[in-house]
Amino acid sequence: MKVLVCISHVPDTTSKINFTADNSAFDKNGVQFVINPYDEFGLTRAIWLKEKKGASVTVLNVGGNETEPTLRKALAIGADNAIRVDAEPSDAFFVAKQIAAVAQEGGYDLIIAGRESIDYNGGQVPGMVAALLNWPFVNACVGMDGEGPEFNFTREIDGGKEKLSASLPLVIGGQKGLVEESDLRIPNMRGIMQARTKPLEVKAAVDAETKTSVGSFSKPAPKSAVKMIDAENVSELVQLLHDEAKVI
Amino acid sequence: MASDLFESPDYYQIDDLLSEEHKLVRNATRDWVKKEVSPIIEDYAQRAAFPDQLIKGLAEVGAFGPYIPEEYGGAGLDQISYGLMMQEIERGDSGVRSTCSVQSSLVMFPIYAYGSEEQKRKFLPKLASGEFLGSFGLTEPNFGSNPGGMITNYKDMGDHYVLNGAKMWISNAPFCDVAVVWAKNEEGRIHGLIVERGMEGFTTPETHNKWSLRASATGELVFDNVKVPKENLLPGRSGLGAPLSCLDSARYGIAWGALGAAMDCYDTALRYSKERLQFGKPIAGFQLQQKKLAEMITEITKAQLMVWRLGTLKNEGKATTAQISMAKRNSVEIALKIAREARQMLGGMGITGEYSIMRHMMNLESVVTYEGTHDIHLLITGADITGIQAFK
Repeated sequence: MKVLVCISHVPDTTSKINFTADNSAFDKNGVQFVINPYDEFGLTRAIWLKEKKGASVTVLNVGGNETEPTLRKALAIGADNAIRVDAEPSDAFFVAKQIAAVAQEGGYDLIIAGRESIDYNGGQVPGMVAALLNWPFVNACVGMDGEGPEFNFTREIDGGKEKLSASLPLVIGGQKGLVEESDLRIPNMRGIMQARTKPLEVKAAVDAETKTSVGSFSKPAPKSAVKMIDAENVSELVQLLHDEAKVI
Repeated sequence: MASDLFESPDYYQIDDLLSEEHKLVRNATRDWVKKEVSPIIEDYAQRAAFPDQLIKGLAEVGAFGPYIPEEYGGAGLDQISYGLMMQEIERGDSGVRSTCSVQSSLVMFPIYAYGSEEQKRKFLPKLASGEFLGSFGLTEPNFGSNPGGMITNYKDMGDHYVLNGAKMWISNAPFCDVAVVWAKNEEGRIHGLIVERGMEGFTTPETHNKWSLRASATGELVFDNVKVPKENLLPGRSGLGAPLSCLDSARYGIAWGALGAAMDCYDTALRYSKERLQFGKPIAGFQLQQKKLAEMITEITKAQLMVWRLGTLKNEGKATTAQISMAKRNSVEIALKIAREARQMLGGMGITGEYSIMRHMMNLESVVTYEGTHDIHLLITGADITGIQAFK
């Protein structure tokens, strides 16, 4: 089984978010980048498939060379090889086209992506990839079992869970549950050394349109001041909730 | 204990001096410490218990012999990677770092550098995997700063040696599987011997009631007519220079490690001072607190540059004993001062185990003493710059 794991290179969750002067782009200055947490669940699941079923694991990123440390980390964790499509990931359609092209060319059976990336939270790419390839798509996947080529999946849906099955080739949009947080792997020193010599191929992008463009970004409004009301004074609380907060 | 929110200070963009691989080594070690050490260490330190469940994890992450070549079970990393690992582990706890320093620099290093091929194959992979834990016997009850005066000795009995004597203040001693022991032969020349658990006459009583390195086990190595096979003598080097070269490697790791403890104290004090309100504003807004924080970050930044440069020299095989002494002494000194100032900034909270500062402070009292005392390191620098020894 050939598994392709899509790895987004995203700001660490503790980063302070700022935008460039004209608010048209995220300011990367001084920001630490990590493997998108949703992708990390998928990567760990792929490593399990490697260890238990002898799958090969390729990690893929669409981005500039600044994303290579993130791919090296994925290699140190246990992926066999990496591919970077050398292009600015301008929008979801563009990225999905690149992933689909790599998947077709490389003959992969299973694509695991995070259900969304934690930077722009579009949540579109894995679905688009599945559509472009005409493969089944299991989004918000929280469980996977079976011997293949048919697998059973559990999806998180509003108010409950859905069980379904699908056969390879297919696309998974993964999240916590695919593996648990305690299953995530910290690369060890031997893995880091081995990652030095694992192949990291840089590919040119295929032609693809960018279908959306960014207007501007803005931060949420700062929190307004907290009004303290005496615990006994319920009528004032009700009046403020009605007149000022307008929630009742 | 509060969750571990540590963020490393990097005031001079020293990260730019590191390779991507160095940063991966550091971040992986930090992630491991946050996951495995921070949640449990306070409890173990309070109970003066050794967290032996960490041994397997330390081995898996690669903290035992990171710079030992892969063919002997190490990771084959460079010296800056080793330093960064020690920084991150001591950021968690000096006792845990001590266990790694002893295993890597004082047990694996001498076997790798001075051992026979057979000794390397027999011991190094098991030490790297944590199956064996090692200790290092140099200091004796009456010979600390003056190790050359040691009385532990061995006699050649034809087909084996007989070892007698006692070593004191030995990290990992109570449960070590092997000990690299330095002893004099009949001509008074110092040699290294690998003593194995189970050899008759070899005991390792534990040292109790320490106020420092409480999550690390310390003890004695006692040799009462211990029969040591001749193949357990380290053949590659003899004389006091042999154990001192091991100390160079360990002290190098301590120079980075103590800086990790300093960073943790600074980071804790900085975060606390921005949250703690007095007189209606965060205490970080008062000049006396800012003075403390500004001095801390200045000293940390200077020390970061020093250990980075030392690591570069060590990678090139150019770091001298005296240069390593200076960095060890400096890092520990600033770490102790920072721990004390940080403790004051936290007021009463700094006294409790809710925060790591006082544990670091107590640990550092050992670190300032072991592997060459603060004063002895000054004299090493003094001797190096004047050409005149002032030890005795």
